[in-house]
Amino acid sequence: MSVEEQIREQLTAGLVPVHLEVANESHMHSVPPNSETHFRVVVVSDAFAGKRQVARHQQVYGLLAAQLEGPVHALALHTYSPGEWQERENSAPTSPDCLGGSKATSPEAQA
Amino acid sequence: MDILDTIKEQIQSNSILLYMKGSPNQPQCGFSAQTVQALMACGERFAYVDVLSNPDVRANLPKYANWPTFPQLWISGELIGGCDIVTEMHASGELQTLVKEAAAAQSAS
Repeated sequence: MSVEEQIREQLTAGLVPVHLEVANESHMHSVPPNSETHFRVVVVSDAFAGKRQVARHQQVYGLLAAQLEGPVHALALHTYSPGEWQERENSAPTSPDCLGGSKATSPEAQA
Repeated sequence: MDILDTIKEQIQSNSILLYMKGSPNQPQCGFSAQTVQALMACGERFAYVDVLSNPDVRANLPKYANWPTFPQLWISGELIGGCDIVTEMHASGELQTLVKEAAAAQSAS
């Protein structure tokens, strides 16, 4: 099973999300082609209602502990309750550009 | 000093503390860069630790914090979150309030 599928499966089982996006963004970073190292996840679940963001992310990290100890290097997380998701008109922020390794483009990052 | 004691001391003695990759002027990761930008926009002084040049901190802080990745923003001894949370709090105005309060508390003490 790919890492992407593992993430999807763990989060579906643990949070019963009403909306779930798992995107492999590894191609945006300085890793070999077809890597599974950088992911962006959007989860909308009743389990998050009334919880602070830091607690929500810790809950997700708990579910994905095996992946984070293994292949996953970066995990952009956007966690919402169904009500918050509706207020945001069903959209989450995008990830920043990489600044490290061969993807370094800004003069500061290359110094 | 034990590395965990070092980490605890850093968190206790700096009311606004960012663990990041690189420095605020030369961030080495897009997530760290975005977090620094949000924090600098609040206009208060903050401390930082570059985890790339402190491998002990990089190896041990995630377990202590129950937070596997960097950056990590700590305010008044409490983990606020990583890039995604800090960016969203900045957009909503919550971050400015929190940072101003922490800075005021530190200068008063």
